[in-house]
Amino acid sequence: MTEPALVVEGLRKSYALPGGGRTTAVDDVSFSVPAGGSLGIVGESGSGKTTVARILVDLVRPDAGTITVNGRERTPGRRGGVRPLGPGARRAARLGRAREIQIVFQDPYVSLDPRLTARQCLHTALRLHGRYEGQAAAARIGELLDQVGLGKREADARPRGLSGGQRQRLAIARALAVEPEVLVLDEAVAALDVSIQAQILRLLADIRRETGVALIFVSHDLAVVRHITDDTLVMRRGRAVETGPTARVLDSPEDPYTRLLLSSVPHDGWDPAETVRLRAELAGL
Amino acid sequence: MLLDIEDLTIELPPGAAARPMLAEVSLGVGRGEVVGLVGESGSGKSTTARAVLRMLPEGARTSGSVWVDGEDVLAMDPARLRRHRSRTVSMIFQDPRSAMNPVRRIGDFLTDPLTRVLGLSRRDAVAKATELLASVGLSDPERRMRQRPHELSGGMLQRVVIAAALSTEPDLLLADEATSALDATTQAEVLALLRGVQEERRRAGSGLGTLFITHDLPLAAAYCDRVYVMYAGRVVEQQPARRLFADPKHPYTRGLLECSPSLEDDREPRPIPGRPPSLSDAFTGCPFLPRCARAEAECESWAPVAVPFGGGDGDGDGPEEGGSAACRRLELVSRSSA
Amino acid sequence: MTTVTAGALAPVRGRARRPVPVMIAGGFLALVVVAAVCAPLIAPHAPDAVDLSASLAGTTSQHPLGTDASGQDLLSRVLYGARSSLLAPLALLALAALLGVTMGTVAAWRGGWVDTLLSRVTDVMYAFPGLLFVVLVIAVFGDGLTTSIIALGLAYAPTIARYTRSLALAERSKPYIDAYRVQGMSGTRICVRHLVPNLAGAIVGYLVVLFGEGLMSLATLSYLGFGAGSPSIDWGLMVQEGQDAVVQGALLPALVPGTAIAAVVVAFNIVGVRVSDRLGKGR
Repeated sequence: MTEPALVVEGLRKSYALPGGGRTTAVDDVSFSVPAGGSLGIVGESGSGKTTVARILVDLVRPDAGTITVNGRERTPGRRGGVRPLGPGARRAARLGRAREIQIVFQDPYVSLDPRLTARQCLHTALRLHGRYEGQAAAARIGELLDQVGLGKREADARPRGLSGGQRQRLAIARALAVEPEVLVLDEAVAALDVSIQAQILRLLADIRRETGVALIFVSHDLAVVRHITDDTLVMRRGRAVETGPTARVLDSPEDPYTRLLLSSVPHDGWDPAETVRLRAELAGL
Repeated sequence: MLLDIEDLTIELPPGAAARPMLAEVSLGVGRGEVVGLVGESGSGKSTTARAVLRMLPEGARTSGSVWVDGEDVLAMDPARLRRHRSRTVSMIFQDPRSAMNPVRRIGDFLTDPLTRVLGLSRRDAVAKATELLASVGLSDPERRMRQRPHELSGGMLQRVVIAAALSTEPDLLLADEATSALDATTQAEVLALLRGVQEERRRAGSGLGTLFITHDLPLAAAYCDRVYVMYAGRVVEQQPARRLFADPKHPYTRGLLECSPSLEDDREPRPIPGRPPSLSDAFTGCPFLPRCARAEAECESWAPVAVPFGGGDGDGDGPEEGGSAACRRLELVSRSSA
Repeated sequence: MTTVTAGALAPVRGRARRPVPVMIAGGFLALVVVAAVCAPLIAPHAPDAVDLSASLAGTTSQHPLGTDASGQDLLSRVLYGARSSLLAPLALLALAALLGVTMGTVAAWRGGWVDTLLSRVTDVMYAFPGLLFVVLVIAVFGDGLTTSIIALGLAYAPTIARYTRSLALAERSKPYIDAYRVQGMSGTRICVRHLVPNLAGAIVGYLVVLFGEGLMSLATLSYLGFGAGSPSIDWGLMVQEGQDAVVQGALLPALVPGTAIAAVVVAFNIVGVRVSDRLGKGR
């Protein structure tokens, strides 16, 4: 057994409601991803899957739970843990965490800085992490653009000059620039045209093979998850209702909610009334 | 045919686009029929739907005709057009929130067309609206009537919009990505509801025709009776939905099916190279040529035309069995077999 | 799809000519700036050349716009006056923008008590009549152009802070800012290098509109005797100096600088609205 790239234990997050009271977005969620592995987190809106993604990359601070990358526990946020002293140490900690987990967001139309060309976007990331300087940085940018299939014209284009698929390629390159151990994809193909979706899925599979980065695929689309992940975690109302190898979870689901989700995927001879029936069954449980 | 679009071409003023938004689109929807209209962004599927309401792009030049129930929508006088929009046809859009005034109650949203269009009294309208809400599967309809849009989830709102769309008892329903923004299970539930409505109207003898516009080919193939696939402003294929999964004729349709991941089989989704063409891409021959794996030199100068197959005359209003595809290779095959 | 339609139509609209009023206003402002810069070259007289024999002369070939009570040539004075009348609002806006953009960005970025505190401060400043505040500052620190600029700069800062805050709040919620955070960039660096530059277009547009207002306020202070004082040449001050002549039937000494103020302020408003429209949405 290789050491897991990512171990998440007992993640919990609740929010205060405007009218008083609290809502639990993530409730005791645990999972792990082996190095170079690929996990799908599926669920519908409000299932808490996006909150998990945002917790992983520090955009949301969890109430409880630990996240361990390659055996190192991620430095807890300012609250609770020891705050690193001095701006230098804080900066080093920030950059270190960035190299552990990166993310690609859903909407490529707003996830890129409108002012920067593709080249400048990648250069900003490389300069921040200071691993490449001058000539080496330029070479690395070329490498990254090449890796995601962006050409010379695209390199000097601003986001508004790029198509949706090209923007998402750039967002992937930006995440890879930091050389993370884990890459989170938050509905990363949902906003793209179908024919482009498949291109990006293939690109992600290639990148996983080439770089050994572990992928976490947060998605509502079971069919997409089926083709890109080894394991699947099904979330409902903040809880993990079922987890296991993707083929097993999708071919012989154990949880009624997983069955409900599967029934809603159109196929030859599909009857949407089946979903209605399963929902009623689930409500009756 | 309830809806019969014939050779509809819509061109933007010169300089605004390099190709027509719609080119020679022919499409039919019969009473009681659910017809899918599938395409990626820029394919012209929404433009087609809007043309049925004569909501045309500004400054566009239009040729061809849009017949609804035997009348040409493009030639209606303003009074007739208003009636056409309010009575004969209803449209459901993707985002229910943008279709509703956020400060008005659900009840007002529903009763308004009932009193204005159908001329019901206020009390009758309220009763009918409550009934409609119950019929689209919303619990506690009386309370819903008093609620405002922000108090309801997206799925519930889309049911309200559907209730409103059906309230004037239209002949034709245009659903433009009506379920695309919903969760998959909610989408299935809403579609089950629409299918039920369709069935009910069929039994009542006043078949409702539905034009179901979506980017999701597997969904259209699974839900509709017949499917049209559009690419670059043209219909590239149309055939009965149940045959589509098994026997797509046009390379683009096949590509779409092959690149959509599926639950059943383990083959990896195979991407179509390139990107969907925008309005600034012009074509001399077949518009799919740059992305087509089976293209030949002759395709570069081939003017796309619907080639019928499997019986029928190719415009969609013949026997249901047949279909057509705008592919030169298919034309060669059918010519050699003829 | 509809989005594609809109995108495809954009170039047509982009090619549409600028509205005539904007062209005229822009051209006029350019002319004013050139005139201010080249004042020593084009002014027919020295602005402070006293010629009592020509006191309150009407338009003559020697004095195209007439003279004031001391016989100083009004055209020359208006031209020279343009310099301080244009530079002073620039300085005032620079100060106000520096303070306002910083406050607004910090409030939007930090949120919480920082935002509450800054919002309260701007509320108080808002509720307090601006001119009264400025007069108070001048009463404490003494009059003069510099004090006026600083006082008005302080008075304008909350407006800009508020505007910046609302822009920054919207911008901050965009995922590209999240992406910078995930990359490990510090908040300060994100704000200074990426957030504020992305707001710059909209803010500059707003500042152009404010420029007219700033010019007006400074002229008002000068007129009231709190701002620039003799012997400096300033349009507001010129109106004040010229008003005594109105009683003697000579309108020009007050009318000429007054018209200059009004024309420049109107022109700035026309151009400013257009600029903020274009820069605000140009992304």
